Amino acid sequence: MQRRHFLGMSLASLLLLPLQALAALWNKAAFEAATVPAARQHLQVASEQPSSEIDIVAPDFAENGAVVQVEVRSRIANTEAIAILVDKNPTPLIANFMFSNGADPYVVTRIKMAESAQLQVIVKVGEHYFTASKQVQVSLGGCG
Amino acid sequence: MNDNMKMRALLKGEITEVKVLIGHPMETGRRKNDLEQVVPAHFIQLLTASLNGKPVLEAQWGTGISKNPYLTFHLRGAKVGDLIKVVWHDNKGQTGNGEASVSAG
Repeated sequence: MQRRHFLGMSLASLLLLPLQALAALWNKAAFEAATVPAARQHLQVASEQPSSEIDIVAPDFAENGAVVQVEVRSRIANTEAIAILVDKNPTPLIANFMFSNGADPYVVTRIKMAESAQLQVIVKVGEHYFTASKQVQVSLGGCG
Repeated sequence: MNDNMKMRALLKGEITEVKVLIGHPMETGRRKNDLEQVVPAHFIQLLTASLNGKPVLEAQWGTGISKNPYLTFHLRGAKVGDLIKVVWHDNKGQTGNGEASVSAG
């Protein structure tokens, strides 16, 4: 089954789905992975290349790791998804955003950072993956 | 709309900026309370947004999203009066939803 088809179907009937079906949608293995390579593997990222067409706006220094605002924009045509990872967090995968039907590949959200770490972004374009990263210094860790 | 969810959608030129704020503890399952007891994990795993019933965004989240999650996303092709709905589901089977009509920015 094609992913698009699968997504469309699942979203349309989301409210009616039992909990098990929702759990099946959520990428448990990737979100529970304890390292970036393991999370990548479960996101099925085979290989990736750095891209200057991914913009990350995040503070150089974050006083409170419990709330770090991150803005990500992909300027790569046909971007389907943006994943956000923090390499030093106990579970590095923070979020995976999938866009369709005229949603721009752009998000702003607030994340937890356990300590100073590399913020990594993986952008999915068809079968290709692109990355960018930014170092964030954290004064007070926020992964309680 | 739930009391614990705030949404706003503003049309600015070609882009509709949607802002979402959700009241949720986003517990990691690693934090201990004052009695040194581990607080069980309680976090949103799935959030979906639709524009006039058509899916536009699916977000999968782990425990690394901050307490009281905040999200901004951008839509193209939306018009004033269009309806944007957001639904979330957490690891305890709880769910919440909110909606906003697009207004002129």
